[in-house]
Amino acid sequence: MTTQTATATTSGSRFRLGRFRDLTLVPVIIVLLVAGALVDPVFLTPSNLTNVLQQQSALALVVLAETLILIAGKFDLSLESTVGAAPALAVMLVIPVSAGGFGFGVPGVLAIPLCLLIGAALGAFNGFLILRFQLSAFVVTLAMLIVVRGLQLGFTGGSSLFELPESFLYLGSATFIGVPVAIWITAVLFLVGILTLRYFRHGRALYAIGGNADAARAAGVRVERVVWAVFIIGGILAALAGLLETGRLGGISANQGDGWIFMVFAAAVIGGVSMDGGKGTILGALTGVLVIGLVENILTLQGVPGEWKQLVYGAIILVALMISRVAGGKAQD
Amino acid sequence: MSTRTAVEARSVTKRFGPTIALNSAGIAIAEGETHALVGRNGAGKSTLVSILTGLQRPDEGEVLFGGEPAPPLPDRDAWRRRVACVYQKSTIIPTLTVAENLFLNRQSEGGPIRWGALRARARQLLEQYGVAVDAEALAGDLGVEQRQLVEIARALSFGARFIILDEPTAQLDGPAIERLFDRMRALREQGVTMMFISHHLDEVYEICQSVTVFRDARHVVTSTVADLPQDELVAAMTGEATAAFQARARKTGGADTAPVLSVRGLGLADRYHDIDLTVRPGEIVGLAGSGSSGKVSLAESLVGLRKADTGTVAIKGKEVRQGDVPSALRAGLGFVPQDRHHEGFVSMLSIAENATLPIAHKLGRFGTVSPARRRERGAQMIADLDIKTTGPDQPVGDLSGGNAQKVVMARALSDDPAVLVVINPTAGVDVKAKQSLLGAVEDAAERGAGAVLVSDEAEDLRICDRVLVMFHGRVVRDLPRGWTVQELVAVMEGIDHQ
Repeated sequence: MTTQTATATTSGSRFRLGRFRDLTLVPVIIVLLVAGALVDPVFLTPSNLTNVLQQQSALALVVLAETLILIAGKFDLSLESTVGAAPALAVMLVIPVSAGGFGFGVPGVLAIPLCLLIGAALGAFNGFLILRFQLSAFVVTLAMLIVVRGLQLGFTGGSSLFELPESFLYLGSATFIGVPVAIWITAVLFLVGILTLRYFRHGRALYAIGGNADAARAAGVRVERVVWAVFIIGGILAALAGLLETGRLGGISANQGDGWIFMVFAAAVIGGVSMDGGKGTILGALTGVLVIGLVENILTLQGVPGEWKQLVYGAIILVALMISRVAGGKAQD
Repeated sequence: MSTRTAVEARSVTKRFGPTIALNSAGIAIAEGETHALVGRNGAGKSTLVSILTGLQRPDEGEVLFGGEPAPPLPDRDAWRRRVACVYQKSTIIPTLTVAENLFLNRQSEGGPIRWGALRARARQLLEQYGVAVDAEALAGDLGVEQRQLVEIARALSFGARFIILDEPTAQLDGPAIERLFDRMRALREQGVTMMFISHHLDEVYEICQSVTVFRDARHVVTSTVADLPQDELVAAMTGEATAAFQARARKTGGADTAPVLSVRGLGLADRYHDIDLTVRPGEIVGLAGSGSSGKVSLAESLVGLRKADTGTVAIKGKEVRQGDVPSALRAGLGFVPQDRHHEGFVSMLSIAENATLPIAHKLGRFGTVSPARRRERGAQMIADLDIKTTGPDQPVGDLSGGNAQKVVMARALSDDPAVLVVINPTAGVDVKAKQSLLGAVEDAAERGAGAVLVSDEAEDLRICDRVLVMFHGRVVRDLPRGWTVQELVAVMEGIDHQ
């Protein structure tokens, strides 16, 4: 009898391309850096690169949130509305009626905790609808995107908020060792995310749930609880992103965060995060953010009119997808 | 062997809404024995598995391990120390490595995961159970057999001495099944108690010492296998005395009739080479071979699911475009694909809609589909194939495995095909469904169609006029009717090539 023993794949020392799948966008980033340096001498200066990072830090936090949710096999479109509504509603609880607030006289120091709390509450509500009512995450969060944006528009009457508490502006505008605090915060949170998803059981549980929820449940993972927690963390991160964006711009416009979700998904997906769940890394998503940030910066430096930027973004995302598909080898999900 | 009871379920009742999945049923398995649980689809086997593994709570009755009451349901770890299960549905997470799958949700004892140590533990565990799989490979890249071995190793790593194997052989080919059985025998020698679920009764006789039969959510009989001959076992499962499946005598068109299917020099790199095949009206040709023989790839090329590199396929003398399913269907081909869940049906659509998909254009004019005529055709197919259903409007996703497969067969037959290609039609279906599925192939042949039947099961191939045996991508033998199983297996395994 010809024995066909279960083929033993050769042992551990084998070169594994999969380990570098996170980094498939690195060549793209290098190309962009070179291209940027060639087209404009300003591009490679520290102040310009810091500027790029600061501009992207808020978006990056939302990408972090979305990546966690996508890895767990779910979806959240409403994060972009949270970016606007959480800081707006928190600030309105604090500032007087004359500045466009509710006039409740809540102490100013509570503005930041309130902002994060509102983000958490929105995430919790999403989780409640999706897990308890067993609704589709896509549809629920699409509705929530509209509802939350509607909340902000309704309460603010569509106008921007400018008279904000000092503490509220601090995080988005201060610097620490010459680097904006927003970048520090984002960097630390990404590091925490990367380490948690790589080295901790609760982080690995996200991959298990996104890969095969029934198998995760059978292995004793409390699937519902973890997913709910991920939605809440996502809401908090989006609120924090709103806070940083508010500090950077010095006010909250009625459309803060509007349209971000497309960029967020683009960054996550070109960074190798699967829309089907269970696949991708935060480091990969970060490279996605950097690609988008660098493209945006180069376009701005080149003075490309705003009307044409959209087209260029879209085209660049498609090219980046094709490159990462070729480099990663596997079909895009 | 000790006669202590390793595991027992006592008069367990479980209801899901109006349906009773288990009606005061029970099972008792003695320590160290391999005990078969058999029953038709819907007999309550899967429900019993989820109750014995602590995934569901029985409405009434109790579960005992070694005479002690079972632990509370939320205490998963306690359950896993008592019972391990290799489920029918894979509980491997394809996007993670084998090492991580082995230690899922226990990658570390609190604190950060040390990946080097985890991989070392995984390798040690794989070695301990003699599983030749790379701990760092992605679980999704493993074959069915390897994945199952990983699941067995994982199940046993919790220290359980009782393991449930829920249809482990359903997706394995002959040699892989033999290797699994060797492993099971070795485990039994180490004193591991096993509950084995399978639709293949010969496997029950090969590997088990005793057998319990469930029928219609009730316990029917428990006996040692020696005291329960196969016909009595089948009778217990079906509730009636049924003769073993008898292939009918049929008349096939002679060598002078024009072939309905002729294949010339078909080849696909790494799969099969130089295949010539002629099927005449009324003829059923079997394709046998081990999992790596290329038989499924060949059949899939015939229907256009795969594109061959070289050679031609002609249906009723007209050449068909390679790799193009619609053109094969237009030429008069009907097929039952290997994986009914992926290629067989659209689970949310009704039986009638699924079964009439290929003939939708004949059910109405100008691109419309008449629902009344569709229902009518659906009802007729349900009657023809004896599909157990509430009616033609029931979604196929709600049907049991055997009945869903009948819908796929109905679809293949819907346009009265000249050539019928059927791949593993009886995988995971029960005795009676098997008979009606094979009977449907015979009916089609009697109506003058030519059929190609690919099967991993020797008994299925009994209906064939001749069986082509493939080995490493080539047809090595053409066995006429009257072959013995030993003869067939010997050729499949490459022992006997003349």
